[in-house]
Amino acid sequence: MNWTGRRLPRTEDPALLRGEGAFTADLAAGARAVRFLRSPFAAGRILSITAPDLPPGALLVTGADLEGVGTIRPELFRFNYRAIAQPVLPRERVHFVGQPVAAVVAATPEEAEDIAEAILLEIEPEEPVVTIDDALRPGAPILHAEAPGNTVVDGTIRHPDCQAAFARADRIVEFSLRSGRQNATPMEARAGLAAYDRATGRIRLTASCQMPHMLRTGIATLLGMAEADLQVVAPDVGGGFGQKMALFPEYPLLVWLARRHRGSFCWIEDRNENLIASAHSREQRHHLRAAFAADGTLLGLEADILANTGAFSCYPTTCGVEPLMALAEYPGPYRLPTYAARARALATHTCPAAPYRGVSRPVVTFGLERLMDRAAAALGIDPVELRRRNLVTEFPHVTPTGLTLDQASYVEALDRAAEAADIPGFRARQAAARRDGRYLGLGLAVFNERTGYGTPAFAARGMGIVPGYEVVDIAMTPAGDVEVRIGASPHGQGLRTTLAQLAADRLGLDPSRIRVIHGDTDRTPYGWGSFASRGAVIAGGATQLAADKLATRLRRAAARLLQAEPEAVTLRDGAAWAGEASIPLTEIARRVHQRSEQLSDLDGFNLAETAQYDPGGTFSNACHVAEVEVDAETGHVRVLRFLVVEDAGRLLNPLIADGQVHGGVAQGIANALLEEVLYAADGNPLTGSLADYLPPSAAEIPLIEIIHMETESPETLTGAKGLGEGGAIGAPAAIANAISDALAPFGVDIAELPATPARIRALIRNAR
Amino acid sequence: MKCPPFDYHAPRSQAEALALLARHGEEGKILAGGQSLVPTMAFRLARPASLIDINRIAELDYCRAEAGRLRIGALARHARFERLVAPGPTGALLARAAEHIAHAPIRTRGTFCGSLAHADPASEWCCIALALGAEMRVLREGGERLVPAADWFQSVFTTTLGHDELLAEASLPLLGPDWRCGFAEFNRRAGDFAVAMAVTALRLDAAGHVAGARIALGGVAGTPILAEAAAAALLGAPPTSDRLRAAAALAAEGFEPTEDAQVPADYRRDLVRAMTRRALEGSLAT
Repeated sequence: MNWTGRRLPRTEDPALLRGEGAFTADLAAGARAVRFLRSPFAAGRILSITAPDLPPGALLVTGADLEGVGTIRPELFRFNYRAIAQPVLPRERVHFVGQPVAAVVAATPEEAEDIAEAILLEIEPEEPVVTIDDALRPGAPILHAEAPGNTVVDGTIRHPDCQAAFARADRIVEFSLRSGRQNATPMEARAGLAAYDRATGRIRLTASCQMPHMLRTGIATLLGMAEADLQVVAPDVGGGFGQKMALFPEYPLLVWLARRHRGSFCWIEDRNENLIASAHSREQRHHLRAAFAADGTLLGLEADILANTGAFSCYPTTCGVEPLMALAEYPGPYRLPTYAARARALATHTCPAAPYRGVSRPVVTFGLERLMDRAAAALGIDPVELRRRNLVTEFPHVTPTGLTLDQASYVEALDRAAEAADIPGFRARQAAARRDGRYLGLGLAVFNERTGYGTPAFAARGMGIVPGYEVVDIAMTPAGDVEVRIGASPHGQGLRTTLAQLAADRLGLDPSRIRVIHGDTDRTPYGWGSFASRGAVIAGGATQLAADKLATRLRRAAARLLQAEPEAVTLRDGAAWAGEASIPLTEIARRVHQRSEQLSDLDGFNLAETAQYDPGGTFSNACHVAEVEVDAETGHVRVLRFLVVEDAGRLLNPLIADGQVHGGVAQGIANALLEEVLYAADGNPLTGSLADYLPPSAAEIPLIEIIHMETESPETLTGAKGLGEGGAIGAPAAIANAISDALAPFGVDIAELPATPARIRALIRNAR
Repeated sequence: MKCPPFDYHAPRSQAEALALLARHGEEGKILAGGQSLVPTMAFRLARPASLIDINRIAELDYCRAEAGRLRIGALARHARFERLVAPGPTGALLARAAEHIAHAPIRTRGTFCGSLAHADPASEWCCIALALGAEMRVLREGGERLVPAADWFQSVFTTTLGHDELLAEASLPLLGPDWRCGFAEFNRRAGDFAVAMAVTALRLDAAGHVAGARIALGGVAGTPILAEAAAAALLGAPPTSDRLRAAAALAAEGFEPTEDAQVPADYRRDLVRAMTRRALEGSLAT
């Protein structure tokens, strides 16, 4: 029986649907509550922090108390990166509204908030740098002396023949675009619970995080404690989307409290804190210039990329992650002969940026796919045809930035999408609607998604901490159940289900006999976590390798017990078979462990194996099609139809793959239309509640149609490619193209996301 | 986002509630559905020392047609209006607007009178109260007064309700079949606060001419406002498409819009023009 590839319902879901999940806040009973006092100023000098008379049992911790605690200072050894440091609690200056300045501990969160309110925080405000323009202005205040001009990263790729391509172009298309700032807005905000164990002197930090092993290393280093004395547990985690990769100051502070005061301390972030002080993303400006031949062939591309990455640099990826991903991946799925680009990260007095589902690629795809539509209009070529002429068709293909594109279906996916979208039928409906004063539009976005990349890809970025590989420990218990311990740390991706499916097939075992253990540094091998669409590919590959090794041992034992050759033994239906003869795996497991005199000379006394996997990476691809109606009087956009043709290689569990696409597209639609973090000119956040920052509700998201293609990757063990981010990558561009198409009669061109109703109305009004 | 400390009282009768209000004065606050008050307290923007929870006072839980008016007690929840509470245009308008009020769980808790007392400028009920000429029945220990909607709304979140007073009932006229009511609202997401809304009521005479007109706008200024010039412009003539359009244009120009980072003033005028026209057209479409 093949378990892999089936739409198996997720093992994770029953508990979550019954409300029986165990999230950090569910585990915090009995702990003392921590409330962070946060800076009300974007920039300023701390003059004093004065507490009223604290009630018995309450504590106030300020930067002055943290003698000997290090700073958060990730490294990047390329692209003119300037290492900047973030204190756990600042002693001299504040750098953004929401930065933790002090921590208050009390018996309850209510009491802690009461005390925090009464603390007198004296700050002398200084001139803030809030926007990209502020940061670049000559004579602007400098956030970090290490980063002159507020430039933390300045990367360049310049092919010498790029200018020549423009010189011989028939048509040059040039424009700027802007992406608003976003917050990943996981359903569960951040949360941490640090508990001191009196018997061992160890600390257990339970945290809503994506990279428990990394968090452990980071905190132990900051606090100068033995890493072995710190256990990090990621229990049920209510979404992360990249936001929960970072080492935030709040977590080391909780561990510091637990060590110093030998107790349990919890901090459950509220939504306001999450919106203003966790991590933001996507505030970018791009200027693009592209050279085309008259037949639509793309000859060259120039890109200038600016990213507002906030006050500090996130650990471990650094604030280079956004601009540098744009720099490396701008060519997308297109043949691009020559390329010249510069990408900068700019420091401002705003919440630091961190990865968010897709990282820069939603903005890059917005740029590239607007470029294709603009070029098609300028050259008088059908937009589908223009894309078809430029998409990569021969694999492997090396991009101008040195990335290798493995086997994919760029043109095929586009054609499938164009057909399913019934473009001629749509054009007829669009024309009829326009006669009634209604504006329908259709937009395409073709893109590839770099996924499942291991150590070499991260090492190429010059990161001080290079993630990549994953390790899986597998063991069969004496009773014949299998435990799979993974270093990766899923938080909603359903890896418990998918990995069990993979292992089940290799072991001839029902997945219900397999337990995937994750999110606990005491119980799992060192590993990186779940991010960058890597879980299924890398943890999946390592699981498959480990299961194969275990299967080999089971076959060897079975051969002895069945008096057959190991090569003749197969595993299926929970048993080992040699011809007609069979022995249950439970019996093999029992004999290996408990009747070892029969078998220990073969493999020792247990059924445990370990495997590592570190692939180079693979590109999945997709084509998104959005159909929208724009209300020209109000600027409101309704998404009427959303179609995804997705090719993520071999699908391990199509149900879970569909879920990834649905969630990503919903976030992408929100990116295109709704969500934007706004700051006032003085650096005060204006979107501190969900009344102002607008994630989508079910009412704003249409039914999402998915067509799967399965171009198996030769680059991955399972044939699978990642797809966790694709929904979020393609949707903004498809929506922007659809709105521009709808409003073509007004000459409106969407160059800024989110395309809010007020912005669309302004464009229409100005166009008229 | 945790509430500051407060005392909690749960009176069993109207008289007991009024006595508590008299005792606590400025420090006391009525808790009905709590759907605005409690989040405001969690943000620590409101910090009443005492909450007086009226949910156990059965005599305040009613909604009935009586002598040409719809009488709505202090505990009538939003969800009650999703189905017709009275025949005719008034009930239909309330049902039409109810679906725009937040989301189902909020509608099952929040109250009509609570909305009027809270006076959020984007409240559907406040806009309807002004458009139709609601009357508030306000009680305090040993006293009672009636306040017309026109005198009720003072500014953002502020009404003429005194600290020792309870809004015990709001009543709306039950309009006759010669009235046509319209409602249109614009918001970013389903259930969000309105960026702009219009409530319209037209009375048509036997000749099909407009013999009475009321237009109220919500979400666009500190309080709901009447677009009096726009309404007046419709009187005495048939409500043709051009006249509706002209009235909508007048409504868009006749007020000072609230402005913020996401909604510039000229955009709000655009929305008022569109919502007013749509409400008027919608009311005549049947």
